[in-house]
Amino acid sequence: MADRAQPVSATPGKIVAALVATVIFGALVAVALRAEAGRGLGAPDWAALRFTVLQATLSAFFSVTLAIPLARALARRRFQGRRVLIALLGAPFILPVIVAVLGLIAVFGRAGWVSGILGLVGLPPVQIYGLHGVVLAHVFFNLPLATRLILQGWQEIPGERFRLAAQLGVDGWAMFRFIEVPMLMRVVPSILAVIFAICLTSFAVALTLGGGPKATTIELAIYQAFRFDFDLGRAAMLSGVQLALTIVAGALALWLAKGDGFGTGLDRHVRRWDGQAALARYGDGTVTVLAAGFLLLPMLAMALNGLPTILDLPSQVFSAALTSIVVASISTLLLLTMALPMTAAIAQGRGGALELAGILGLAASPLVIGTGLFILIRPWGNPLAWALPVTALVNAITVLPFALRVLVPRARDVVARQGRLALSLDMQGWPFLRHVLLPRLKPQIGFAAGLAAALSMGDLGVITLFADADVATLPLQVYRLMGAYRMDTAAGAALLLLILSFGAFWLLDRGGRAHAEA
Amino acid sequence: MLKLEDCIIHNGTFELSADLSVAEHARVAVIGPSGAGKSTLIEAIAGFLPVATGQITWKGTDITDTPPGSRPLTMLFQEDNLFPHLSVAQNVGLGISPKLRLSSEDQGAIKQALDRVGLSGMNTRKPSQLSGGQRSRAALARVLVQRRDLLLLDEPFAALGPALRAEMLDLVQELCEETGATLLMISHAPEDARRIAGECILVADGEAQPPRETMALLDNPPRALRDYLG
Repeated sequence: MADRAQPVSATPGKIVAALVATVIFGALVAVALRAEAGRGLGAPDWAALRFTVLQATLSAFFSVTLAIPLARALARRRFQGRRVLIALLGAPFILPVIVAVLGLIAVFGRAGWVSGILGLVGLPPVQIYGLHGVVLAHVFFNLPLATRLILQGWQEIPGERFRLAAQLGVDGWAMFRFIEVPMLMRVVPSILAVIFAICLTSFAVALTLGGGPKATTIELAIYQAFRFDFDLGRAAMLSGVQLALTIVAGALALWLAKGDGFGTGLDRHVRRWDGQAALARYGDGTVTVLAAGFLLLPMLAMALNGLPTILDLPSQVFSAALTSIVVASISTLLLLTMALPMTAAIAQGRGGALELAGILGLAASPLVIGTGLFILIRPWGNPLAWALPVTALVNAITVLPFALRVLVPRARDVVARQGRLALSLDMQGWPFLRHVLLPRLKPQIGFAAGLAAALSMGDLGVITLFADADVATLPLQVYRLMGAYRMDTAAGAALLLLILSFGAFWLLDRGGRAHAEA
Repeated sequence: MLKLEDCIIHNGTFELSADLSVAEHARVAVIGPSGAGKSTLIEAIAGFLPVATGQITWKGTDITDTPPGSRPLTMLFQEDNLFPHLSVAQNVGLGISPKLRLSSEDQGAIKQALDRVGLSGMNTRKPSQLSGGQRSRAALARVLVQRRDLLLLDEPFAALGPALRAEMLDLVQELCEETGATLLMISHAPEDARRIAGECILVADGEAQPPRETMALLDNPPRALRDYLG
């Protein structure tokens, strides 16, 4: 007897999922076979492991500690620009790391604004390179994420509880202790774990602000083993260490997050009566202004430094920009080719294994997959010639888990509500995709494509393993300009990169939402 | 004739048996207590639920394993009978071509169907711009262009007020008379059954019974139906 009828075949989705799993597992197996485990970890490897864990711990700690007062202020205040600020907190997700790093250097670097102010009162300039620079950049990226997640926890506290508290005259410290602390105890551990896991795999930040024996992460050590020593055995072994670390941290984060939904609306209005004392109001105001300054000033500084040179960039910057646009376009197409069939299959309840294939990309860091692919390609051809296709592919695989998160819930809804009607009208296969599923998913497709394009445009990861001197994407070109101490040109190129990344996201997201009906 | 021969239908852990036939051009109401399996019966006939044993035939042709869209029938659901992102004309057009490849002749048929159900000039509207009654009319316009032998209604008018619901049932009756379609409709309201259905299938105690004359059944209901009617 036939199964329950389904409007679209799940087979393409299964094939794509199998291919994705093959690429990732193939890369991991290649890494495992090549790793010289017998050699064990040397002193520099242990140092890299210690530094990786240390910086991730500090980054998670500071991000969350600073996010709590900011989220509290945003949760209980209503002010002009609050919505904009909350929306801006989502921006670092698609902000190219190298752009942020240039901005942070412009504010906190030796010749930056902070050092300039210190110089006025006769103090020595601050240093940004090393552990504190790496942590600073990670806090810059993850403070907004932590704030959004904690804010969500705050908004899930039922409004009735605040009403009851207001009636009982509970305010300030008592409110914090009896209502807000229990919520924080529930959400903070999982947020700490998520940020810790994210910072473990951070490569570009360590590449630009770390380095040296004292500030090398494992990802950076993989890169150095590759580029400087061409020691594939060591790179593979370090990749194994990195993989184990990511899986442990990821499992921890998943376990702590049990059932906590991410991504619900942040605009729900919960009426608050507490915190009207002058001290509380000024406190919240100060926190908000400081946080906004910390997040916006580096962007402003980067833009100001970049503006004079953006119209006068050398030709290799423009050819790198063109390369980046091509890579981002291919990566976006690849992502949709993978994500859409998988979404269709998962939405019709053929999920399980497919969803697992979808999150595999989170377990293996891009650099680890890159190392594996390099080892796989080498017997057949020159891996350097494959720099751009591999970059596009790895970027697409990295975005896949996020894309599925965006696409699947909506697709489930469409299949549940309109699947039977379509079946009764004999709209199976392509007609269903063309006239029902794709039009209904348009806003989500636009958003996912925007994420893919922006993240791929700004990615400074795998490309560093594969690229020779003739090939560069725009982020790599910016990095090379920095390395050559041409900071003004680098700032101009970074501004161009920022415009391209956000522009690509805006265009695709906007395109998806145009003419979309409820 | 629609025939269900020794059919057993599973819906989750629920099991419904049916051994009955419905004459061509008949108008039959499916009545019975909530949860008795009225929708299960209709969905099995429409092809959304598999039949575990037995077979379903229409005019002697076995349709037991035919996919829903290829069966000689059309169905209106309780809700979501129109695609919200498509215009009224497109929604109706899907009844002619699932790929929406419509000739000018087809466009004429669509217009005619919309005129017939009283939606003249509403071709380009989206479902959200229609009232509840108009949405039902648009769905009926699609039924009209589909020209299928059998029409299944799973209470598509349940959300409408009593007067509007009666109006829709009258329209359904007229359409069935014009096209000669056989009608099977789930109903909670005995007055609906009396209004347009000559016969009733009683679904109770895990069994769909063969159709009986509506008036006789309702005037002298068996125990299961009596408990339900109160």
